[in-house]
Amino acid sequence: MADRNPFLPVSSSDGFNPTGTQVNRRKLIKQLLTIFVGLLAVGLFAALLIGNNGSDNAHVNENEHGSLASSTSKKPESLRPVSRGPAAGVSEKSNRPFANVDGNLPWNNSMLSWQRTAFHFQPEKNWMNGPLFYKGWYHFFYQYNPNAAVWGDIVWGHAVSKDLIHWLHLPLAMVADQWYDKNGVWTGSATILPDGKVVMLYTGSTAEAVQVQNLAYPADHSDPLLVHWVKYHGNPVLVPPPGIDEKDFRDPTTAWLTSEGKWRITIGSKINKTGIALVYDTKDFINYEQLDGVLHAVPGTGMWECVDFFPVSKTEENGLDTSVNGPGVKHVVKVSLDDDRHDYYAVGTYHEKNSTWIPDQHEIDVGIGIRYDYGIYYAAKTFYDQNKNRRVLWGWIGESDSEAADKQKGWASVQSIPRTILFDKKTGTHLVQWPVEEIDSLRLNSNEFNQVTIQAGSVVPLDIGPATQLDIIAKFEIDKEALEKTTGSNLTFSCSTSGGAAERGALGPFGLLVLADESLSEQTPVYFHIAKGSDGNLKTFFCNDQSRSSEASEVNKQIYGSIIPVLKGENLSLRILVDHSIIESFAQGGRTVITSRVYPTKAIYGAAKVFLFNNATDASVTASLKIWQMNSAFIRPYPNDKKS
Amino acid sequence: MKSFIIFLFLVFPVEAFRPTLLLGNLIERTCKQTPFYDLCIWSLKSNPESCNADVKKLAQIMVDSLKTKATDTLDLIDELLEDGLALDPAMRRALTSCAERYNVIIRADVPEITEALKTGNYKFAEKGTNDAAIEANSCEMEFPGKSPLTDMNKVVHDVSVVAASIVKIILNS
Repeated sequence: MADRNPFLPVSSSDGFNPTGTQVNRRKLIKQLLTIFVGLLAVGLFAALLIGNNGSDNAHVNENEHGSLASSTSKKPESLRPVSRGPAAGVSEKSNRPFANVDGNLPWNNSMLSWQRTAFHFQPEKNWMNGPLFYKGWYHFFYQYNPNAAVWGDIVWGHAVSKDLIHWLHLPLAMVADQWYDKNGVWTGSATILPDGKVVMLYTGSTAEAVQVQNLAYPADHSDPLLVHWVKYHGNPVLVPPPGIDEKDFRDPTTAWLTSEGKWRITIGSKINKTGIALVYDTKDFINYEQLDGVLHAVPGTGMWECVDFFPVSKTEENGLDTSVNGPGVKHVVKVSLDDDRHDYYAVGTYHEKNSTWIPDQHEIDVGIGIRYDYGIYYAAKTFYDQNKNRRVLWGWIGESDSEAADKQKGWASVQSIPRTILFDKKTGTHLVQWPVEEIDSLRLNSNEFNQVTIQAGSVVPLDIGPATQLDIIAKFEIDKEALEKTTGSNLTFSCSTSGGAAERGALGPFGLLVLADESLSEQTPVYFHIAKGSDGNLKTFFCNDQSRSSEASEVNKQIYGSIIPVLKGENLSLRILVDHSIIESFAQGGRTVITSRVYPTKAIYGAAKVFLFNNATDASVTASLKIWQMNSAFIRPYPNDKKS
Repeated sequence: MKSFIIFLFLVFPVEAFRPTLLLGNLIERTCKQTPFYDLCIWSLKSNPESCNADVKKLAQIMVDSLKTKATDTLDLIDELLEDGLALDPAMRRALTSCAERYNVIIRADVPEITEALKTGNYKFAEKGTNDAAIEANSCEMEFPGKSPLTDMNKVVHDVSVVAASIVKIILNS
């Protein structure tokens, strides 16, 4: 520590004092005391300074001029945004700055226009909102940016369909024209009242960027297209309550009836790092009473966005209206976590009296357990389709390429194919999701392959013609003898940290290669991997490997996936929807689902192919599959002459 | 009197440190959680608004810095492109592609990040900052040979990464 006090006498106590009088000595003592106290004070401050600087760290950084290495030690794990890897990323390699290995492939228009999907809903930019079925039409309201292929300037887009597949665009339902939604007309939910009328509650970001809840309703209830909407003149109907940050209060749910005949909604929020769901009761959707406590809370999960709360039947194969309760019914809480951009759900029990919900298994509580989808899938929402007695789920799928590419191609984001949701009776913990049956209407010709044996370490091409719009249903059986004979090990496996489909294990990976070119220079494996523990127990994993999905470097190359429960006697089954740059894959009847966005540069148009593969070392696999070509859904604007 | 003067000399240097003790703390604490400490400190401290700023404001300051650096880079690219005859086709192609990417940073990413920070939808701020880093990196990789933009691409990349780190802090707080 540098000498801060150059004026400090070198030695003061020797007292070489020419005068040597008593007075001088007292003065000297005072002087010494002052200096001593001053030194003490300085010393204290200095100590505080050094303590706070953590000087060791500072030195490390100075020397290494901000290389990635300097981010080691003492830095919390969550702060590594360097690569898109952990968050939403490309492989580390492409973000190792200026490695300049093979040069970048700029996109040409042919590659980019191929990416547009044929049967998924997509306008220029979209998010999720208040779906419902009304007077013969399914309505889709979505978050839309009319000005750019990035998020921002959010308003409500609108589309209708008779079958959840063939959508027709309608004019924007709501725009940011009031002070209470000036900074964004955000997510909302529809509630259908007993008399058939619709009310919509939605979040507005006010001119001051405060998050509030607003009420809106159709201008004309007799219009089946619900083209025009009216915002309640007394908006907002809810503002952030005391103790809740004005930016942590959004996405009100569909309301459900309580036994007292009131409507109840929940709104996600957080307190410090605990995600919570606030509860409100209302009789008229205008005046609300906040209930004490919360519906549920889970520490460490952060902000809960797009909370969804709904009943599922334990026994029946149909959906339940949001207000249903009783024996034979379980309730699901679902949240979208702002922190990691994933959707989580948990099954539990709703206690109406004190309006709380308790998960069946705390270890897989909402936010720390099961995800709707292990790929890129967010802000999902369900609604009860009273037309067909089913609960339907859809989610928003963003892009995982660069925004420059999005700008060049002119659009970003798609909606997943709507999925029915049912309680998985076999596991008791999961929900099963399955594409709505109406998608079968897009099936054209098919090819069937029965009992194809794929030897260990081989690839089998499937000759089906075009391979960019497909519905694939497949069953796999692994050689039973190999299953038993293989020695287990204690090694843990996870899709995301594995070497992908190229990393061979005794009993996997095996599955399909989609959007692959002839030479397999580009390929997206969708596969199972079986791991045998040293105790002989088998664990099955379901993965999507994007690491070689494209030769372009600026796209996500992660490996998505999860462990999947496979019950005794179950065969391994797979359904894959391939639609240009989106792949939705469902394992074990939809017990585990993975959605991927891929952007090949070669495996496009006629060059895209499908293969079976088995990269296990010890076992052969037998597969049976049926593959349909899928028609386009011809999503287009509603014919103008018929609009009201 | 002498002792008073001596005391003053002792006390004043201490006083000079005290403000940075309290305020410098947040900036230093924040920057320590980014991979480019020096760049972070310099970018924040050279902006007078960083005084008394909370983490959200620090993030916005970083984004302003990103916009400035990106604009400077785009200006340089435009200058280089004006050199018309002197450019070989590969260089011209790379520069044109880079111009497009920097346009995206300035006209798409920055507004997205700014709106996200303002309205509290932080994951879009994260997306925008991550994307800016990718655009800068991708631009650098466009050049088959020596890139005339290496230093500036690195700055833009690193500033984006720092901004993304700070957004992550907000998300995790």
